[in-house]
Amino acid sequence: MKLLSTKATCNSHGQDSSYFLGWEEYEKNPYDEVHNPKGIIQMGLAENQLCFDLLESWLEKNPDAAGFKRDGKSIFRELALFQDYHGMPAFKKAIVDFMAEIRGNKVTFDPNHIVLTAGSTSANETLMFCLAEQGDAFLLPTPYYPGFDRDLKWRTGVEIVPIQCNSSNNFQVTEAALQQAYEEAQKRNLKVKGVLVTNPSNPLGTTMSRGELNLLVDFIKEHGDMHLISDEIYSGTVFSSPGFVSVMEVLKERNELKVSSNEDDNNADRVWDRVHVVYSLSKDLGLPGFRVGAIYSENDDVVSAATKMSSFGLVSSQTQYLLSAMLGDKKFTKLYITENEKRLKRRQRMLVSGLQKAGIGCLESNAGLFCWVDMRHLLSSNTFEAEMDLWKKIVYQVGLNISPGSSCHCTEPGWFRVCFANMSEQTLNLAMKRLTAFVVECTGNGGSAKRNGGLKMKSLTKWVFRLSSRRDGREQEER
Amino acid sequence: MGIEIEQPCVELSNIATSETHGENSPYFAGWKAYDENPYHELTNPSGVIQMGLAENQVSFDLLEKYLEEHSEASTWGKGAPGFRENALFQDYHGLQSFRTAMASFMEQIRGGRAKFDPARVVLTAGATAANELLTFILANPGDALLVPTPYYPGFDRDLRWRTGVNIVPIHCDSSNNFQITLEALEAAYKEAEAMNFKVRGVLITNPSNPLGITIQRSVLEDLFDFVTRKNIHLVSDEIYSGSVFSATEFTSVAEILEARKYKEAERVHIVYSLSKDLGLPGFRVGTIYSYNDKVVTTARRMSSFTLISSQTQHLLASMLSNEEFTQNYIETNRVRLRKRYKMIIEGLRSAGIEYLEGNAGLFCWMNLSPLLEEPTREGELKLWDAVLHEVKLNISPGCSCRCDEPGWFRVCFANMSEQTLEIALKRIRKFMERIRTQKK
Repeated sequence: MKLLSTKATCNSHGQDSSYFLGWEEYEKNPYDEVHNPKGIIQMGLAENQLCFDLLESWLEKNPDAAGFKRDGKSIFRELALFQDYHGMPAFKKAIVDFMAEIRGNKVTFDPNHIVLTAGSTSANETLMFCLAEQGDAFLLPTPYYPGFDRDLKWRTGVEIVPIQCNSSNNFQVTEAALQQAYEEAQKRNLKVKGVLVTNPSNPLGTTMSRGELNLLVDFIKEHGDMHLISDEIYSGTVFSSPGFVSVMEVLKERNELKVSSNEDDNNADRVWDRVHVVYSLSKDLGLPGFRVGAIYSENDDVVSAATKMSSFGLVSSQTQYLLSAMLGDKKFTKLYITENEKRLKRRQRMLVSGLQKAGIGCLESNAGLFCWVDMRHLLSSNTFEAEMDLWKKIVYQVGLNISPGSSCHCTEPGWFRVCFANMSEQTLNLAMKRLTAFVVECTGNGGSAKRNGGLKMKSLTKWVFRLSSRRDGREQEER
Repeated sequence: MGIEIEQPCVELSNIATSETHGENSPYFAGWKAYDENPYHELTNPSGVIQMGLAENQVSFDLLEKYLEEHSEASTWGKGAPGFRENALFQDYHGLQSFRTAMASFMEQIRGGRAKFDPARVVLTAGATAANELLTFILANPGDALLVPTPYYPGFDRDLRWRTGVNIVPIHCDSSNNFQITLEALEAAYKEAEAMNFKVRGVLITNPSNPLGITIQRSVLEDLFDFVTRKNIHLVSDEIYSGSVFSATEFTSVAEILEARKYKEAERVHIVYSLSKDLGLPGFRVGTIYSYNDKVVTTARRMSSFTLISSQTQHLLASMLSNEEFTQNYIETNRVRLRKRYKMIIEGLRSAGIEYLEGNAGLFCWMNLSPLLEEPTREGELKLWDAVLHEVKLNISPGCSCRCDEPGWFRVCFANMSEQTLEIALKRIRKFMERIRTQKK
């Protein structure tokens, strides 16, 4: 024996994929400006490290928040005992206000409709448990965040059916692709319970257009038993036009929000009942360690079920209190949102121009902590094998850990996600220099890789086939 | 006005709509009554006193003192130099310093009679998450875990709800102080088989909730032999291990394994948490300690769904790695809980109420069966309702803990001040006097 469950022995956690090789290599040989300048630079980690100074300065000015005090008085006991899965009211209020602020107050959120969870990892899984049975499916546009394979499928038994998007239209979701995905699910005998999108997109770094959002709402209206989940974890990282449009805004425009729906109408569709937003402070605020996620839904049953389920992943009351104070400081949130936007924009520009110098283009982006980079011209052939080859070269020879598109289920080989907000400016510049040197070397000054007969790979064979199972790859952060 | 068309609400999953979360049980109804009319010494002295909440409020001063003297534990020091690293830290291995501190704390609680390897500590947001996680790992939907009754009401949700796993009770009764017997174990196993459930393991709580007693060493040995014979797992939820009134009276399953040189240890997993011993349920700190490498690896990966806030890990790493603090805390907490326990049993004795002789936990298991109108579940619930609405005490009825014998109640003693406890005991005495007078 020592038999374990099917869940424990299957590979749905996704951690043995060769994708984690890059992680391992980075950890064995991490770049450090002083101690290891030739090491691997981590560009596969979608962290936001640009605004810590703002957080630190706020903490210094407001010592009560982390010191378990309110107006100078200790509330330690109160916090230590607070385990109500309804969440701290002050924190919920602060979070919904923050969400509204991020959306330019074009929509507002009711604190009684928010469910707090230990990160959006937990939020997304919880929604699957609430909305789908084992064996049901959700449609997701590709490319998508690799973690979804684990978060949505592993313990829930739910399937993901991809909505194939491609570069011909900047990877936007089309009606045809949506329909095709739906039919694919039918063919596989899977009951589709809904669509899940990430907006702004990971890994694309783009906001979804109104057209796409309306298309999705139309789709779930047509299929009255389907839900639409919008993971808006990057909503606070939008730094340029066309700006962020939340699915809630679209519902409002269509007069399909709960408040405005009139049951006397023929349009008593209650589509608002089937739209749910996921949020987190891991990206916008750069606090992935604090495990703060949320589900927002106008569907009372979903809120009720999800609230009970949140028992399995509550947010530490210590953290709820700290952040309720921080996000409750409107002067701070205003400053933060503006400054964060500014700094992200600058960084993205740095990365884009650095890539340009290396003769590499990327998808035009206006959000996120990464760019969706086009290296198709560097592939020896238009295949995923060639993409893997290129990726390994970039990890081992160039010393950059970037994320290959195949790990995001992209249908076109040659795309890579490259992060820009998890390092200093100097490190980013160095990364670009290395990349330029590499491209120059392998394309013979401007030629394409294909013309030069592909990239030579000598000693890579050994670990080409090695999987990461030996050492427990720290599956820290893949978003 | 148009015709109102009843639009069917969109369906949620079976899990979402089932009652397996168990929240419609009387255990939770008492909470409501308390919430609506909570006792307060000054502002509501005739309100409901909460005695259904197993919280430990007797040692907060020790924690507060530590925080005052070590502010860097909560505020990352001047200028917050450690803040960014801490805020970014989401590694599911958990903070090394915290894991080490946790392992050390668990050793100290057991008086050094067992060793814990930090590499086997998996962190989860509370024992609620730890128990569910282990169930996902050890059992498939439709399988069963054997759990001795009476047991913590939350298990019905934690072990079964989203996992689809069944609980088959190991029936224990007052004839032998509710100890687990081999006969009961075998009977439970057969019962599961008869229902076509594959038994995956036995889950015990030691010290027991709601009984408030530690499991005898010989029983643990028998249990371990049983699970080895049947080739199944043993989960020992030792969440109350630091709440034993006397240092020498608790035997952890870890000690059994050490004595046997870890033979067959891969089937054993320990659950722990800081919610009871340290009185920090809000901070969501639980752990799985497994002797099975595959379980450790898998549990770690699964813990992604329920990580402990790095802010909290940082705080507790500091606190629990301070041996001066932990030694003093463990000892002082023990003494204070013992004092509270003595208070409550004296009060119950003077009220003429029988109770199970306990040696651990934050509650007393008392026997009100002589007061039942009928020796049934309904009789028990009637009495419970009377205690709730007439005596204004929220206590937990045994049926919510799946106890086979009606009339037993769990009453908590560590979640209130001594004065409040005195008042509660006074109310109980008056109630008992009233009943005796009525009977005459």
